[in-house]
Amino acid sequence: MIYREAGQLKSSYEADQQIFPILQDRIAFLGLLAAAFVLVPLVGNDYWFNAILIPSLILSLAALGLNILTGYAGQISLGSAGFMAVGAFAAYNLMLRVPHMPVLASFFLAGLVAAVVGLLFGLPSLRIKGFYLAVTTLAAQFVIEWALTKFSWFSNNSPSGVINAQKIVILGVRFETPVRRYVLTAAIVALLALAAKNLVRSRLGRAWMAIRDMDVAAEVIGIPMLKTKLLAFGVSSFYCGVAGALWAFAYLGSVEPQAFDLNRSFQILFMVIIGGMGSILGSFLGAGFIVLLPILLNVAAHSFFRGGVSQTLASNLELMVFGALILFFLAVESHGLARLWQIGKEKLRLWPFPH
Amino acid sequence: MRPALMFGALAFALAAGAAAPALAQNEQFIPMADYRIGPYAAGGTGTFGGFIDYLDMLNKRDGGINGVKLTWEECETEYKNDRGVECYERLKKKGPTGAAMFNFLSTGITYACIERATADKIPIVSIGYGRADSSDGRVFPYIFPLVTNYWSQNTSKIKFIGMRSGGMDKLKGKKIVNLYHGSAYGKETIPILDLQAKKYGFTVTHLEVPHPGNEQESQWLQIRQLKPDWVILRGWGVMNPVALKTAAKVGYPRDHIVGVWWSGAEEDMIPAGDAAKGFIAAAFHPSGTNFTVIQDIKKYVYSGGHKGNLEDMSRFGSIYYNRGIIHGILNTEAIRTAQAKFGNKPLTGEQVRWGLENLNLDDKRIKELGAYGLLQPLKTSCLDHEGGGAVKFQQWDGKKWKLISDWIPADKDMVRPMVEESAAAYAKEKGISPRDCSKE
Repeated sequence: MIYREAGQLKSSYEADQQIFPILQDRIAFLGLLAAAFVLVPLVGNDYWFNAILIPSLILSLAALGLNILTGYAGQISLGSAGFMAVGAFAAYNLMLRVPHMPVLASFFLAGLVAAVVGLLFGLPSLRIKGFYLAVTTLAAQFVIEWALTKFSWFSNNSPSGVINAQKIVILGVRFETPVRRYVLTAAIVALLALAAKNLVRSRLGRAWMAIRDMDVAAEVIGIPMLKTKLLAFGVSSFYCGVAGALWAFAYLGSVEPQAFDLNRSFQILFMVIIGGMGSILGSFLGAGFIVLLPILLNVAAHSFFRGGVSQTLASNLELMVFGALILFFLAVESHGLARLWQIGKEKLRLWPFPH
Repeated sequence: MRPALMFGALAFALAAGAAAPALAQNEQFIPMADYRIGPYAAGGTGTFGGFIDYLDMLNKRDGGINGVKLTWEECETEYKNDRGVECYERLKKKGPTGAAMFNFLSTGITYACIERATADKIPIVSIGYGRADSSDGRVFPYIFPLVTNYWSQNTSKIKFIGMRSGGMDKLKGKKIVNLYHGSAYGKETIPILDLQAKKYGFTVTHLEVPHPGNEQESQWLQIRQLKPDWVILRGWGVMNPVALKTAAKVGYPRDHIVGVWWSGAEEDMIPAGDAAKGFIAAAFHPSGTNFTVIQDIKKYVYSGGHKGNLEDMSRFGSIYYNRGIIHGILNTEAIRTAQAKFGNKPLTGEQVRWGLENLNLDDKRIKELGAYGLLQPLKTSCLDHEGGGAVKFQQWDGKKWKLISDWIPADKDMVRPMVEESAAAYAKEKGISPRDCSKE
């Protein structure tokens, strides 16, 4: 009842093509943005910014990047963490070696560097498909991690290979407090998410989906394979690269190549699968699920058992419950959390008078 | 459950977990950011088992420290940096005065929290791991790599190899392979080894084993080709037994492999079986239960059907467990030292920092603590956050560790300039102006 689009007539092409065609969605989305940029900075505390919001936003961005490649263009990749590492180390080196480098520009350029590396590793996708492609992107993951560890130039000859991200200063404003770092992260993520949403609705996005659904048919109707697939790799790696730079600069402050190991790549892939392939919202839901649920389970185990159960058992139980929940959600809705949300919306349209 | 509902539940539970109120007042809170699952669980359960049992014993035997009861809460880090940061943020404000100090038992998490902890004025204690150059207390006021940092340990190790070869001058022309874990921890000793190679005239080859290290065939084949006189094993967790088994397979003598102390626990040897026999590892403390303090733990914590933190009693008195007790002693002695200055009440992290910086454990005090032979004398200062700096070596006889050397002091003349140089570079990068220790 409350969620009904009856009476919302579209009288122009613009109205028909907008991102949120339904008024309630527009209001809800603006409300969400207002909450993220006004309410949360006002009421949040250090713990929420540092431990919950910043990492889940950054990983949402990485998941968004992979979703463009896997969910929209249909190319499976296991190299996302590698591209994040490229972004983090590129931003660090740009700040270190280029005098007067603005930090935002370094994030952008770091994304571009990651995009170039992504293009390179995307080349095999022209010949290789499906699981075989996943294995070649695995090579990207290992080669990048190895190169960043092996050549100490990347970490400015730090003995341990750990880089310390420079301070974030934009137009004289220092982004040191958790709330400022959160606002910066949220702004970058929101902008890039908006760009992604528009990108997938554009000609390019439709070409990606055509390739995903059937690449031979896509080629027959005149979609250039080389350009489209490589663009998917490039754009996806750009997102991962920016996410990596944020991970180093806005979240941890110091990273080593091992922070971006294969487990991280898997984590991002699981976010996409659980959140929903081919859905911008799904990237955020998936990141929330994968990042927050283990923390929630740990907190819950501590408040629930209160020392009644040994910690080793509790820690192992957390892992088991986490695994069971993944199974449960995939069994209930194999298209991910975003699909659940969509079903919920459909039901809301009819509520409280279903057929 | 709808996503919105689920996230609501999530948010509620997290808020509840993050903002638990402090009820009791005369309590000192010590956070336990530990790890009990994953490839390094043996280290986490053993060390934190000893650590928590020691605190438990103090509470039961003495009623805490000077009447201030010790409390703690565990948080699972899974040895991952991001989870470690989450635990840090979750636990830093608990208790009436906030966290006294953090022990992460992870070099990576220690690195990730250095700036946060310094800003929050909470000390990080990294006993036998962490950032070597944080020994320079002028640049790292809140970081305490107590007992022995990696660089000091490494100079002791080369001294030990020199002793075995019949004198430091015999090291000339020798070949040493440094087989290291592919992580910040593993890479930490590369510069000091290069420096020592230059000084003593041996050659060193660095070979990396990627995390977690369960596949080392190619590295050991390379070692067989190089035919080094000694192999330094800078391993951790599952990498250790695999290294020894693979060494046995390629026929490299195990009594010419010298491990770091994170390669020297029972849990690292037993899975390797016979292949581990003869292997030598560094230790900043021995194993065994023949110490008053450990008997006290048995008496006060494990008597009358009570259970401590350690689940498998066969690990009681093992290397990891005793390391945990050393963690307990050093952390609580720092609190005791700080209490002498600030009064017998719960202290803030800033006050505990003073205690850590003015630790003075001589043989007399160590005997009082019932830890003579377990712990080396230790004295910290504003300049030196390390304190001890001596290492023993132990050999695995197939069943247990046997000490084969006395305390071998580190080559401080070599380590200290490197520490200061590296700390100064960090200070410059971060825009920190080092403290003036003469004014402390």
